[in-house]
This record gives sequence, C-alpha cells and structure tokens, in this order.
Amino acid sequence: MNVLAFLIPVALLMGLGGLIAFLWSLKSGQFDDLQGATYRALFEEDDIGKTE
Amino acid sequence: MSQDQKTVEQFVVEGLSCPSCIRKVEGALRENPKVGDAHLNLSTQRLSVKWANDNDIGPDDSLLVIDILGKIGFNAFPLREQKSASDEKELRTLLKAIAVAGFAAANVMLLSVSDWFGADMGENTRQLFQWVSALIALPAAAYAGLPFYRSAWNAIKNKHLNMEVPISVAVILACGMSLAQAIQGNGETYFDAATMLLFFLLIGRYLDRKMRASAKSTAQNLVSHQSFFANLLQDDGSVKKVALEQVNPGDIIHIGSGERIPLDGRVKHGSSEIDASLITGETTPEKVNVDSNVFAGTINLGQPIEVTVENTSGATILDEIIRLMENAEQNRAKYVRLADKAASIYAPAVHLLALVTFLAWFFVAGISWQESLITAIAVLIITCPCALGLAVPVVQVVASSRLFKAGILLKSPDGLERMAEIDTVVFDKTGSLTLGEPQVDSFDTATVSELQIAAAMAARSSHPLSRAFVAFCEKRRIYPSEHIEQIEEEAGLGLKTILNGQEYRLGNREWCNIEDESGKTINQSEIWFVSAAGRNVQFTFKDKLRSDAKECVDWLKGNKLDVIILSGDRMPVVKEMAETLGVQDYFGEIKPQDKAAKIEELKKSGRNILMVGDGLNDAPALAAANVSISPSTAADISQTASDFVFLPKELSSLIEAYKTSKRSRRLVYWNFSLAALYNVIAIPFAAFGFLTPLVAALAMSGSSIVVILNALRLNLGAPMNSERIKQ
Repeated sequence: MNVLAFLIPVALLMGLGGLIAFLWSLKSGQFDDLQGATYRALFEEDDIGKTE
Repeated sequence: MSQDQKTVEQFVVEGLSCPSCIRKVEGALRENPKVGDAHLNLSTQRLSVKWANDNDIGPDDSLLVIDILGKIGFNAFPLREQKSASDEKELRTLLKAIAVAGFAAANVMLLSVSDWFGADMGENTRQLFQWVSALIALPAAAYAGLPFYRSAWNAIKNKHLNMEVPISVAVILACGMSLAQAIQGNGETYFDAATMLLFFLLIGRYLDRKMRASAKSTAQNLVSHQSFFANLLQDDGSVKKVALEQVNPGDIIHIGSGERIPLDGRVKHGSSEIDASLITGETTPEKVNVDSNVFAGTINLGQPIEVTVENTSGATILDEIIRLMENAEQNRAKYVRLADKAASIYAPAVHLLALVTFLAWFFVAGISWQESLITAIAVLIITCPCALGLAVPVVQVVASSRLFKAGILLKSPDGLERMAEIDTVVFDKTGSLTLGEPQVDSFDTATVSELQIAAAMAARSSHPLSRAFVAFCEKRRIYPSEHIEQIEEEAGLGLKTILNGQEYRLGNREWCNIEDESGKTINQSEIWFVSAAGRNVQFTFKDKLRSDAKECVDWLKGNKLDVIILSGDRMPVVKEMAETLGVQDYFGEIKPQDKAAKIEELKKSGRNILMVGDGLNDAPALAAANVSISPSTAADISQTASDFVFLPKELSSLIEAYKTSKRSRRLVYWNFSLAALYNVIAIPFAAFGFLTPLVAALAMSGSSIVVILNALRLNLGAPMNSERIKQ
C-alpha cells in the first residue's frame, strides 16, 4: 500500500496544478476574446505597432 | 507595462469581418500619438482605447478615434452604457466555480471508482479513500455551491421554491450524510455524486448566464449606434462636427443633402424634401420650408437646410414614441420562462416524494429513523434536477449560435420561447415587407450611351435616388461612361455635364426644366435626364417588396399563422400591396399611437403576436407585441424595442428565427421528458433503498449527456432561405 501514499498526492497535485493554471489564465484575461485570439496568434509581434 | 491608471474609453465597432481587421484597427490607432494603447475584442466587437496622456483629453478625442476608424472603413460609436460589471463578475465567478467543481469531481471519482470496483480493498484503505474524498469534496462543495445556496436562501426567505432549493438541499444533505457515514466507518459515501451534480449544474447555469449576458451586450451595442453627430453651425459660419449630447436647444445645425436629421427642430433656412418614412411609414417625400418642423430620424433628400434645434424634452414626436414604447413594455405581461414553470412543479413534488419515502419507511416498514432518513436523502440526491438544469440553457445556447450564423441577433434571452408561441404575424409595410430604399420602377426609353452618361453623372452624387439609379444601371450591365470629366452637382437639384459641347442634365423636375405633363404622376419619386438632343427621359422610383416577401407570407399562411399588414402609409398603397401578397387583413393610415393600440386589441382577442417593423412609428407596437423582430436597417429605437434583429435582406430570416424557436422549444420539451424518464426509472431504486453511489453516478452523468446530445440536434438541417421556402 506504500504506492498509494505516493500516488494519491501525485494525482491530487496534478489536478490542483491544472486548476491553478486555469484560474490564472482566467484572471489574466485569456478567455476574454476567444474569437480574436485565434487570429492574433498569426500576427507578427511588431505588426500592430507599439504595445506599451 | 505602465501600471498607472489611464482612462479607458470603450467603442463599438461595426464592419469587423476579417481576421486582419484587428491589425488594421489597432495599428491605425496606435500610430496616433494621443492614443496610448488600443485593444479590439473581436467577440464583443468592442474596442478599448487607453489615452497616452490623461490630462489633455477633451470631448473631441472620441471623435478622433471615430475619424481614424472612419478613414479605414469602419463605423465606430462610443459605447453608451457602462459595461455591465456585474454580469462579467457573475460569469467569472461561475467559471471559477466550474473549475473547482470539475477538479473535485474528477479527483473524487478517481477514488470512488477504485472503491466501487476494488473488491480486494482492505477496510482501512477504504476509509482512507473516504476521508481523502471528504477532504476534497467538502471545501469544493462549500465554494462551488455558493451560487445555488444564495439563490435558494433568497427564495426561501421570500417563501417560495425555485430550482435551486432542491439542488442545495440535495448537495448539503449528500455531503452531510456521507460525512456521517465516513465517521461511523460503515456504509456508502456520496461525495462523488455531490461534486458531479454541482459540476453539471454549474455548466448549465453558466451557459444560461452567458447567453443572457451576450444578448444584453448585443442590445447595448445596438443602443450605442444611437449616438449620432450633428454638424453645428458656428458663429463664424463654419460647420463643426460635435457629439449629439453637446447640442443645446437654440443651436443651429446644418443638414446636408442625403443626411439624416439628428434632432427635432424647425427649419431656419432653406427648403427641401424630407423622407419621413421612418416616422410615418409614408413613402412619398414631404416638402419642407422655413418654419416647418422636422424630426429626428428623417432624411433630407433635397437641398441642404439649416435647422434650429428645439427643446427635445417635452412634446416632440420622439418623446411621445419613447413614452408609448415604455408604456407598452410595462404592459407586456411578465413572461414566465419555461425553466421557471418546470421548477414550480418540480421542486414541491421532489420534496414531497422524499417526505413520503421517509414516513413510509419509518412508520410502515418500521425501521430506524436514521435508516429511513438515509433513504429519503437518497431520493433527494437522485431526483436532483441535473438534467433539468441543463435542459433549457444548452438548447438556448445552441439555438442562438445557430441564429447568429444566419445573421439573426437574439436580443432578449426569452425571445426564443416567446417566438415559439406566436399565432399571428403583423407586418409593417415600409422597410419591413419592402426594403425601405427606392428602386427604379418605371422608365422612359433611352439609348445605352445615354444611360451610360446618366450613370456616370449619378455615380458622383450621394443622393439616395442617384444611388438607386446607379444600382439599376449596374444590374443591367450598363457601366458609367468614362469620357466624362467635369460634372457639377447642385445639391438637392441635380447634376450637369458638358460633353462634346452639349449639355446633359440629371436631376429633379425643376433642374431639368420639365413642364408638367399630363399622365405622369408627380406623386412619385422621380429623376429626369435631359439628353443632348433635348429629349426628356423620366425615371420613377418606388420602394419595392423584399425579393421573397410573397413566398414568406405564403409560407406563414401555410403554417397556420395569420398575417396582418399594419401601415402608416396611404390606404391605396397598402391595399395594392396586400393584394399582391394575398393578405386579407390590412390596415392603412395608422398613427404610431394607434399601432400599439391595435396590437393590444389583437392581444386581447387572445392572439400571440409577432410584430415585424422598422420605423420609429413601429417602436411602440414592437414593444407591445408578444415578440418582435426588426431588420438591421431599422430605426435605432425600433431595434432596441425588438427581440430579434436580422441582417440579411431576405424575409426568410424571419422564418428561420421562427423555425429555430419552434424546434428549440420542442427540444426543450424533449429534454424535460428525458429528465422525467430518468427520474421515473431512478426514483424506485432510491425509494426502496437500492441506491448505490455507482447507480447515482451513472444515472446522473448519463442523463446529462443525453440531454446535451439532444440539444445539439438543433444544429442539424440547413437554414431557411428563399429556395427552401418555396418547396
């Protein structure tokens, strides 16, 4: 049963990692414009001009 | 990135159709030194502009953005209402709750599955698994369930039951009972059921809120279009473009030829013809002179005029119409949404069932109260309206995205449900059954070369009749002659050119020096062309029916819907159109106030009415009808008042909207039946004490998936178009 003591925390941590990654991406506005993001991926970085 | 607070201004941008639009819009704005940053959101069609320097922002800066975008071919409007922060926040909270519930459901399921199928699991391992599950599920249920607990608590405080009450009761009891079982170390736990329940229900709730929010933001984008600009006449005689809010009563505004009059007022200088069809439904232009009243929303067809703005608050037509519209909206009976109707039956039934189960086991079967209670709780868990919570939102989301693809915007969330109940369609004439723009109706014979010259002249003018004439020529593959160089336009009168030493004129009767000829009606819009040979050619214009109006009316009648025409135009015109379309019920010369009253009258006789209209005069009627739809060319107030807005020029959009609504209602009923069927099968298991966590989990996820798949069926089948209507 030693293997359980190792596997359960690993499973939980992996799930938790996914959850935190999602909450972070939600917070940083990555879900605000799903339609626009599909096109923005194709632009060159300096195409749109200054960003600051 | 700079962290200091800069003012952000929001705009609605029209005409975003291509991927490179983002680049064009943002690039053009960022080149301007006044703009700090610009970000375009393609999903919401909104642009936020951050200024480079907060201190020197004036009201003109919004105009700057609009000008820059105008130059590259986009129409932009300042966003009228503040972005509804509460909607955004609620959606975010729900998304977070979904994430937490999903995480918990997945991990608890991992442990539960090994519990159900791990036959050789020792008692200690089993208990360990139950405690780990409790550790994950309890905080998750406490957090992710909050939206439901709050709503349930509010309902109970107000002494009524909604769908959230059985949900909250089931989740809390499932968690509580499982915890008790885990402490005692015997029996089954339902942590997986509780978290999965929340996960599915939150998805349903998120979709529902998302659709409402997007309908609301569509409505807000449309409202923003109302902000026009006025050309204010300065003291020194120059003209300055200003936002409408900055115009005060008594100011003088300049209205060019072909421009829309932005405010009510009185003509100070000049005389012209006004197209008032948006207000009155009357298609014949109205002549105005000094001291005539002109109204917002009408179009100046003739020469430029100067208008003194009058006090807009008070008794102007616009105010009258808005007041009528608000009255009508209040009268629109509080519509009970299908989901709420279902909840009002479902919630009491479920609680009663659980109570009966408890009493039966305790008194009749005579077992201990603890065990009776466990069985009763099992009934509550299994009947929890998981599929029911998904049944309506999923269908609505699929339906609105299907409509969106067909160019139909859904503006009010329950518009679909109301649309499915109609039995009468009331049409406005101008702009609804017709396109609302002039088209060449009759013309005298002219040679191709003459038409080419005329087309070349018309192409230089922005007058609506000129544009209609160019379109007419293009349709006949007559392209503007290229030999003409010098064309002079006299606004509101016509154009002239000299070719090979001979003069050609294109314009109104006066401009072309036409004597009154008997037999040619003056009552129509017309332009004249005087050729070099001195020949007079007349073109008359008429607002023509939409290309599929007849098919559409036939289809509606074939589907047992009554069709009525309600128009402000003159009776003979309305009668002629009704006869062309085969409509028996028609009313002409109806004032805006009477339109809404007529709708109320029809509603009193027990009809459910769909109103199709575009003019300002239709706005009260649109608000009064059970459900309403207007074309995207409609007056802004009418678009605000209606539940649907359609972009295509064909009326088949109307049928697509109707059919989609009908089908989605059928699917919602289907989904309700599926949910009920699942309950009928599962409840006996629970009530007789055979419920195991495995059965609960299977029943719950199975029913949810079936409901979602069923809703997706709405995407099948091609959208309605003119050809399909005829079949």
